Amino acid sequence: MNLRILWLASTCPQILFLQWLSRPCSGGMSRGWQMEQGELGVGTELPSETAGYVGFANLPNQVHRKSVKKGFEFTLMVVGESGLGKSTLINSLFLTDLYPERYIPGAAEKIERTVEIEASTVEIEERGVKLRLTVVDTPGYGDAINSQDCFKTIIYYIDNQFERYLHDESGLNRRHIVDNRVHCCFYFISPFGHGLKPLDVEFMRALHSKVNIVPVIAKADTLTLKERERLKHRILDEISEHGIRIYHLPDADSDEDEEFKEQTRDLKASIPFAVIGSNQLIEVKGKKIRGRLYPWGVVEVENPEHNDFLKLRTMLVTHMQDLQEVTQDLHYENFRSERLKRSGGPDGEEVVDKDRILQQKEAELRRMQEMIAQMQAQMRMKPGDE
Amino acid sequence: MSKGLAESRTELAMSELVAEPRPKPAVPMKPLGIGSNLLGYIGIDTIIEQMRKKTMKTGFDFNIMVVGQSGLGKSTLINTLFKSQVSRKSASWNREEKIPKTVEIKAIGHVIEEGGVKMKLTVIDTPGFGDQINNENCWEPIEKYINEQYEKFLKEEVNIARKKRIPDTRVHCCLYFISPTGHSLRPLDLEFMKHLSKVVNIVPIIAKADTMTLEEKMEFKQRVRKELEVNGIEFYPQKEFDEDLEDKTENDKIRQESMPFAVVGSDKEYQVNGKRVLGRKTPWGIIEVENLTHCEFALLRDFVIRTHLQDLKEVTHNIHYETYRARRLNDNGGLPPVSAGTAGSQGTRDACDSPRPPVLVHLDMCPAAPVAPGVCGRA
Repeated sequence: MNLRILWLASTCPQILFLQWLSRPCSGGMSRGWQMEQGELGVGTELPSETAGYVGFANLPNQVHRKSVKKGFEFTLMVVGESGLGKSTLINSLFLTDLYPERYIPGAAEKIERTVEIEASTVEIEERGVKLRLTVVDTPGYGDAINSQDCFKTIIYYIDNQFERYLHDESGLNRRHIVDNRVHCCFYFISPFGHGLKPLDVEFMRALHSKVNIVPVIAKADTLTLKERERLKHRILDEISEHGIRIYHLPDADSDEDEEFKEQTRDLKASIPFAVIGSNQLIEVKGKKIRGRLYPWGVVEVENPEHNDFLKLRTMLVTHMQDLQEVTQDLHYENFRSERLKRSGGPDGEEVVDKDRILQQKEAELRRMQEMIAQMQAQMRMKPGDE
Repeated sequence: MSKGLAESRTELAMSELVAEPRPKPAVPMKPLGIGSNLLGYIGIDTIIEQMRKKTMKTGFDFNIMVVGQSGLGKSTLINTLFKSQVSRKSASWNREEKIPKTVEIKAIGHVIEEGGVKMKLTVIDTPGFGDQINNENCWEPIEKYINEQYEKFLKEEVNIARKKRIPDTRVHCCLYFISPTGHSLRPLDLEFMKHLSKVVNIVPIIAKADTMTLEEKMEFKQRVRKELEVNGIEFYPQKEFDEDLEDKTENDKIRQESMPFAVVGSDKEYQVNGKRVLGRKTPWGIIEVENLTHCEFALLRDFVIRTHLQDLKEVTHNIHYETYRARRLNDNGGLPPVSAGTAGSQGTRDACDSPRPPVLVHLDMCPAAPVAPGVCGRA
């Protein structure tokens, strides 16, 4: 139900319509319609005889069917130093193996390496719903001894995706625009530090206006519960201290059910998520679960008391739409206005052109006048000579 | 106390090139047949007991340096190793942990005592190492510090009126903390170890090893060992300094199987099976620091403190310090640097600085060993 409303939001800007739809669709429909009439600001008054069901409450279903047929696209970027368990986490989140033949370079090779961008796409289907997931990996980030340039490549990539979308959008055939813009960026924070490292701060400051940043504490099984809390507080403090704008989960609407509100509150309180990833099955109390086996116990990936993996997954899944929306409405619009300002938008272009043309004409005039003056001078001289 | 003093033993070694006597309990020596046949018990072996008594009276110093990125548990590990609050974090009550902008060197000294033996332990911490965005040459302050300590010692040594016991601030052991990524070493680790394995004993450690399962640990250790070997990094115990077969086999085993030690540190105690143990409590179990199936902390502690402590000091003195000294003397044209007493105490490379007559005579008379604390005077 909630999902349908979100889809509609992207196509229909009238929020009030939304609120109306969320009411249970029962026989009381007609009454509801009449009562909300004033709010909606619809000019015409519905005659009470045709009280009844118009039928566009069916709209969400149609949108749903269309979207399901079309499938969804989502691009997720993962950034973090090597060895923080990024690939394992992605594989665990989407229950696939995105990196079948992985080569891990040695330290000597890493010295020469620069940051690369690797995008892998996978089509996942669940209950008839198709998701085309693109995971953009950034191997080499933070590896070098001097990491000053390591996020230039990433910024360039994100801008490039925006640029392409802008170009497609301004083009003639807009039916099949492929949306490769990065919708969400998981930034992996090392659990070994005492908070954010200088590199983390710099990266997030450079990218918080271009992409939704979701900070994630990697390899959370290194931390005891107290350490985890302390680290989370430290990170949140440092984030606000440096003015970094991470992705904020939208508050649940006031008319959602209590459970959903509770879940959203819970999610918001757990940021940044401290996660563990694993795809190994371990037998615990007769059941096979995903986890990591240590000599002192088993860490369960999907146990909310052990780590925040489930919360991260819930957040990603229930807010996928919102992430896309924020990317479109906030980051993309920012990029677009900057970009168009720089190259001169349609209005700006004309004005500038006019000025330029005027100037050019004036320069030409002046040149002509000079030439005429010269010719006159020459002519005067010639008769003088003869 | 298994091994005697470095000073007195090197003194002996200077005069006679025999293998160091392995410390044994004082039992009558059997006739060996080297040189002369002993007709009875003389009591030469009681020198061990004498040395032991002297050591207990004078105590000895040990300087250990910890290097690694912030948050890898360096201070906690030092506290765990010496079972007391000796790290830099415990020294200041203000536990604020801001990353410094450059690498700082902080040395904190403590005197700890056990079984009547006093040890002046100095822990040299290096906050800020590897934490910046640009970490180029962040090992230079550390190398500088180590060389400064050698310089200090050298100056004391070439003094005309030397102190009876030169205070030893040279770094005997450098614990290098490797981040447990599970993949391989980082470029910074390689660079640091390449530059510093030639001036100080480096003992690489895998920090926060509770982040890896057993298989991951084994794999990672193998990879690290291989990488160190491929890049020609000789960590302590260095192969070239193994003195005899016994040493070699013992050290080979450590080098090829146990090192780098994967450790976990903790200064909190928990109750496990009725015993109080140092450990970390997590929702999925308690990690016991001294349990060999959990981590290799006990191996590290035994290695650094119980078996190789004296050897660390010896290698520092006989090899690293000697290398430094030889280089300095060579640079100075074979002359020792000017001592602190006379003018121009920079000890620079001006050969004309020292107004000493025949250089060769001087060098012969001055053995490169610190004065022993009264056991045997100069030969």
